[in-house]
Order: sequence, then structure tokens, then C-alpha cells
Amino acid sequence: MSLFRTILLVALVAGIATGVASAAVHLFTTVPLILKAETFEGGEAAPAAEVQADAHAHASTEAHSHAAGAADDHHHDPEAWSPADGFERNAFTVVASILTAFGFGLLLVAATELKGGLSGWREGVLWGLAGFAVFTLAPGLGLPPELPAMPAADLMARQLWWIGTALATAVGLALLVYGRSPLLAALGVLVILAPHFVGAPQPDSHDSPIPEALHHSFVVASVAVSFLFWVLLGGLSGWLRPRLGAPAA
Amino acid sequence: MNSLNARPHSAAAATETPASRALAITFAALLGVFVIGGVGFSHIAAAHNAAHDVRHVNAFPCH
Repeated sequence: MSLFRTILLVALVAGIATGVASAAVHLFTTVPLILKAETFEGGEAAPAAEVQADAHAHASTEAHSHAAGAADDHHHDPEAWSPADGFERNAFTVVASILTAFGFGLLLVAATELKGGLSGWREGVLWGLAGFAVFTLAPGLGLPPELPAMPAADLMARQLWWIGTALATAVGLALLVYGRSPLLAALGVLVILAPHFVGAPQPDSHDSPIPEALHHSFVVASVAVSFLFWVLLGGLSGWLRPRLGAPAA
Repeated sequence: MNSLNARPHSAAAATETPASRALAITFAALLGVFVIGGVGFSHIAAAHNAAHDVRHVNAFPCH
């Protein structure tokens, strides 16, 4: 299992570095926008809940009970533990960023091993750009980054669309790059576009207490930092791979 | 696992058969899915609250 150890080590080191760096940038760019958005949340929580209740009422009984269940165990649960604002909350943001980078790093490095393993930082950056397309651009087209208090469709439906879109984009890119025939490349394009023909789950109403300008700044900042995240994660993984593991088979 | 599939090519080839590579890649990817699932997709309230800001900035579906 030495390859497993190599993937783990590369993803761990690249993940810690990328997670710390991206969390540092987030804490100065996107997180202040989240905190600002939360000032709109308190007074608007009740109307937002009513909108959700309306949406549930229109759905079938089964979908309704399911959605209500998801809402119950997900949010607006005053009993649930939550980090204190300030240092504790930001510390958890750093930890969660590292875990996110480690998890995506495992997926990235595992995928590259299918093609024999990364040979250097430049190859890693290219794979990082693919990760950016798969996990940020494609899901973000239908479900752009959102601020607290913004209206949104059923959580489970959005999570399924997000995962399906990321999967389809990854498969489509692989067909485009490794398909070796125009027919497979065309199929790759179709697979990438398919989730956007289906369309992401949308809320009944887009009326939001969040000012449009605030949301726009958040979308730009969040996608820009994600770009940094993926270039760094890919580049570091590519740089580390030949140094931490035996040459690939 | 390795000893079952080991072929006497060379020291390196003996430890990395295609089957053991596939297994290593699969387990690493599954671990990645598990970690991302916990940080970005878990419905457990404490996990959501701990990773709240990271979920928003990475555009994981939230709330």
C-alpha cells in the first residue's frame, strides 16, 4: 500500500498549506461579507421561513415531509452547538479549510495517479485548473456562492445537483482530454452541458434581503479565492509528488 | 494483498501491481469523498455550524 501512503502524504502536505493560505485570504475577503450579510438575517429570518413553508406547501406530501425533516436537522436549531463568534469561529474556518483542501487534494492526486502520477508543479497546475472547473465553475453556474439569509431551494435537491454536476464535468473533461476521438470529445461536451440543461433547483422567489451589490462582491471574491485555492493545491501536489513518492508505475 | 499479486519483475514492480494501484487510488478517493462530505455536505448541525463560513465561501449548498 505504498501508493496509498504517497497519495495521503502529498494530499496532506499540499492540503495543509493550501488550506492555511486560502483561509487567510478568506478571512480578509469573503468572511467579512458573510458577517455583513448576517446583519440582514435576524430581522428577515421569519419571512424567509414563511417563504420556505410556502414552497413546501406546494410540494407533494412526501416531498414536504422530507424537506421539513431536512430543515429540522439542518438549521434553525437553537440547541445545536456552534462556535462562538470571533476567534473560535475563525479557528474552525481555518480547520475546515485545511480539511477541504485535504479532501479535494485526495481526489485530485488519486485522479492523477490514474494517469501515472504528477511529474511536476506545472502539470499539477493544469490538474488544479480542471479541479477549479469541476468543483467551482460548473456547480457555480447553476448555484452561485450564496450569502446567509438568501432564498434557496430544498437543500437535498441542491446537494444532489451540485454532486451530479461536478461528476458530469469531471467525466466530460476526461472524455475531452483523453477520449482521442472527435466523437468522444463531442460526447464530453454534451456530458458537461447536460446538468445545465436540466437546471439547478431554484427557490420559488428570488426576493432577498441581501443587497445585490453585496452578493455580487461575494460571488467575485469567492470564485477568485477558489481559483487561487486550486492553482495552489494542484501546483503544490505536482511539486510534492516526485519528492514524496516513488516514480509512478 | 501485494504478496498475492507480486510478480518478480523488479523490486518496484513487485510492490506496485495494477491491482494494488487501483486499490490504493480507490481508497484514497473514497477517503477524499468522506472528508469533503463531512466538511461540506453533512446535515449534522454541529458539523454545519463548525464549517459554516467554509461552506459559504466554497459554494457548497447550505441552509
